[in-house]
Amino acid sequence: MTFRRFAIYSAATLVAAWVVFPLALITLAAFTPRDTLYAWPRPIWPGTFTLATMRAFLGATDVLRSTWNSLVVAVMTIGMEFLVAAPAAYALARYRFRGRDAVQFLVLATKMFPATILAIPLAVAFIRWGLYDTLLGVALVHTALAVPFVMTMVTGIFVAISYELEEAAMTLGSGRLGAVVRITLPMALPGLAAAAIFTFITSWNEVFAASILTVDHRTLPALILTSVVGGGGGAPLDYRFAGGFFMIVPALVIILLIRRYLLTLWGVTLR
Amino acid sequence: MVRSSRAAWAPYLLVLPTLVFLGVFIVYPMVQAFVLGLTDPDTGRLGAAPVRQMISDLHFVPAVRDTIVFTAIAIPLQLALGLAMAMLVQTRFAGHGIFLYLCAVPIGISDLAAGLIWLSIFTERGYLNALLFAAGRVAQPAPYLTYDQPGWLLAAVVLTEVWRATAIVMLILLGGLQLIPRDYLETAHVFGAGPWRTLRHVTLPLLRASLQTALIIRTILAFEVFAPVMMLTGRLLPVLAGESYLWYSLYRNPHVAAAYGTLMLLVSGAATWTYLRVLRPRPGEVAG
Amino acid sequence: MAEVRLEHLRKTYGKVVAVDDVSLAIDDGQFLVLLGPSGCGKTTVLRAVAGLEELARGRIQIGARDVTRLAPGRRRIAMVFQSYAVFPHLRVYDNIVFGLRMARVPAAEQRRRADEAAELLQIRDLLDRYPAQLSGGQRQRVAVARAIVMRPDLLLMDEPLSNLDALLRLHMRTELKRIHRELRVTTIYVTHDQVEALSLGERIAVMQSGRIVQDDTPARVYDAPANRFVGSFIGSPPMNFLEGRLGARDGRAALSVSGQFLAVSVEAAAALAAAGDGAVLAGIRPEHITASLGPEPEALEAAAVAIEPLGAQTLLTAAVGAQVVKVIVPADFRAEPGQPVWLRVDGARVRFMDARTGGVIPLPGSR
Repeated sequence: MTFRRFAIYSAATLVAAWVVFPLALITLAAFTPRDTLYAWPRPIWPGTFTLATMRAFLGATDVLRSTWNSLVVAVMTIGMEFLVAAPAAYALARYRFRGRDAVQFLVLATKMFPATILAIPLAVAFIRWGLYDTLLGVALVHTALAVPFVMTMVTGIFVAISYELEEAAMTLGSGRLGAVVRITLPMALPGLAAAAIFTFITSWNEVFAASILTVDHRTLPALILTSVVGGGGGAPLDYRFAGGFFMIVPALVIILLIRRYLLTLWGVTLR
Repeated sequence: MVRSSRAAWAPYLLVLPTLVFLGVFIVYPMVQAFVLGLTDPDTGRLGAAPVRQMISDLHFVPAVRDTIVFTAIAIPLQLALGLAMAMLVQTRFAGHGIFLYLCAVPIGISDLAAGLIWLSIFTERGYLNALLFAAGRVAQPAPYLTYDQPGWLLAAVVLTEVWRATAIVMLILLGGLQLIPRDYLETAHVFGAGPWRTLRHVTLPLLRASLQTALIIRTILAFEVFAPVMMLTGRLLPVLAGESYLWYSLYRNPHVAAAYGTLMLLVSGAATWTYLRVLRPRPGEVAG
Repeated sequence: MAEVRLEHLRKTYGKVVAVDDVSLAIDDGQFLVLLGPSGCGKTTVLRAVAGLEELARGRIQIGARDVTRLAPGRRRIAMVFQSYAVFPHLRVYDNIVFGLRMARVPAAEQRRRADEAAELLQIRDLLDRYPAQLSGGQRQRVAVARAIVMRPDLLLMDEPLSNLDALLRLHMRTELKRIHRELRVTTIYVTHDQVEALSLGERIAVMQSGRIVQDDTPARVYDAPANRFVGSFIGSPPMNFLEGRLGARDGRAALSVSGQFLAVSVEAAAALAAAGDGAVLAGIRPEHITASLGPEPEALEAAAVAIEPLGAQTLLTAAVGAQVVKVIVPADFRAEPGQPVWLRVDGARVRFMDARTGGVIPLPGSR
């Protein structure tokens, strides 16, 4: 048994190191002076730490504005996501109706169509619809991309809340909508919050559609992408590393917040 | 959980917004992708001109080849590592909660950021060369991400994607593992199967649905690999999604860009169909 | 087949002692039932014998071999799980020969043994099916077949009938009895169902809070429970316990129960007097009391509380003072709630217990 335990801990340590090590390195790089990043011999551990690298990134053209754009898009996405997905998730969880399986299949099938395929035709359509290069347009696409994930998650949350509780409320004189609002929604709140956070991170991270659909109103990932590979291109290393670090900070916090719900994202529940 | 309601129209009303939304923002662009890819930009009529233009481009063959080679290498690695991680979590060793969190962190990390993270390792003055220098293995920085190092370019992208996307595989497989009743594993144990044969004869077959999901999702996304490639290689390692992006934003040609998108869709569809056929349950195995 | 010895088994989960010094010796071919309420440690004992739980202390011997440190697959045991654990991805035949394959038994021998077991369990027609196409009872048969093809030294069964509906359970009980008669495999069978234990067991070990409190034949466990717990756990309705003090009435020894007197034999009185301070429990099975509507000599006067017809007989609940007594009466017995009834106790069948500890007070002439 001790050998087995030793093997498990060794393997776990190795795997955890594999995941954590690159995160540590980018963090290190984001606080390393610019000169050191370009120096040779290149020390792994910088002699001095500096905030200048991060400050330079945040002060670079458009970075703060596109960060703001990213936040606006993410918040709009969350709002639209719940308007669009929550009622349908409730219907899938609570009603048996003709076509229910078809709806479920359609929603799952949309997981297969990532932004990479949808963005180009949408760009053409958005020009016609006046949505091109608007934050709303990006948010609409992000909402569509997150629908299948949020719906499986929220359906699972509603299924886990016994319908009998709603029925009990209805026998006590509450209407159906009242029962949902007073009983189910409060109980679902932590799960819904997790779904919202997940939506946020999807939107915050999405780069392909955001780059295709915007020109002046870049989100942060779109800005970084174009400053690295765009026409002028070739942003300096310190800008890239600071940008990489800045992008992952929300992820670390957010995964910690929703870790209990992670397993539900793919339609299976954590027991 | 479910019952029929007196208000039979209620569920339809509730799913309507979703259906409309998915119709406008998923189904319509899907169809449009085909139409765009098959529309002659000069005449506006249907025709194979964009497809011809795509195929005759210098970067087309390398893009197809690199995308497929990348997928063929990355997917087995992600699957094996993801399974190992999930099984480690399932041993419920003390500290498995923290381990699960750490392994899941890359889920929240964008492919763009992941590309930048690994750029900090593989770039010429990066951590890899720093480490090799510290170990006394190199005197001058060795270049990895250059056009004459195709092996390193591919390896860097594969490592980045394995690092970032294995977490999803792990979560899917962990969900599947947790659905396998412990009794099955104990039965195998009592009837004399060792760890290896338990994995082979009991765990993997019972995990088939989750393996299928993981394979399909990861393969589709591998065919669309984009940001890590751009961050690490620019266009030195051409891939389908990268070509699509460049044709749109650099050459201002949405038709060829859409043709690339359609190609990705067809390849993904073929892969999905193959997985569904190869991993389908045998008749009678599933009730209903 | 082999005899089995469990010696001083102990299992703890943190500070909780799940199994506390359990020892058992099971004869070759014997059918032993481990009986107890949920959480008493019976399943833990079974799983420890299977090798699925690590023991803090103790020794397990099957036949001549000490298996305490062996992996489950090397103990020459077979097990039937509560959930049956029939592999859903394997056909019935492949399920049955799973263990034989793991042991690398030649294919022809696998076939022969599987056919034999399928015959015995009457599942020949199901061999090509997948478990999803089987009913619960059929899956149960597959699980049993999978265990017996191993020709184990020891067969372990963990509540195998508890997931079946009532009628099927009755049927499978008879089947298990038949199969054991034909094969005579040493068996440990865990259940919380006392009827199952009484009908299947050649021996019953009753467990409570991690310990074995009685290890005896079914008849003895029923008639002569070792303590108050065993008397109340086995039998439906359970044994009645009347609290009383040893005294005398008209010069003869008697138990004073709620102001009335229950006659006690001279020998019993001597034993009770010797045993302690005179506060005792009289344990009486409901069928060892006769009720009548008129006064009877030596009978306890009680008030009827409820009458519950059960079909073949009727259950009378009556109150002797503040103490409630359940009595099995003939089906045609009639009484209104509140009506006085007289209860005659079959003195020879009374088990006396210490009122404080609940332990039985042995009488001379009985074990």
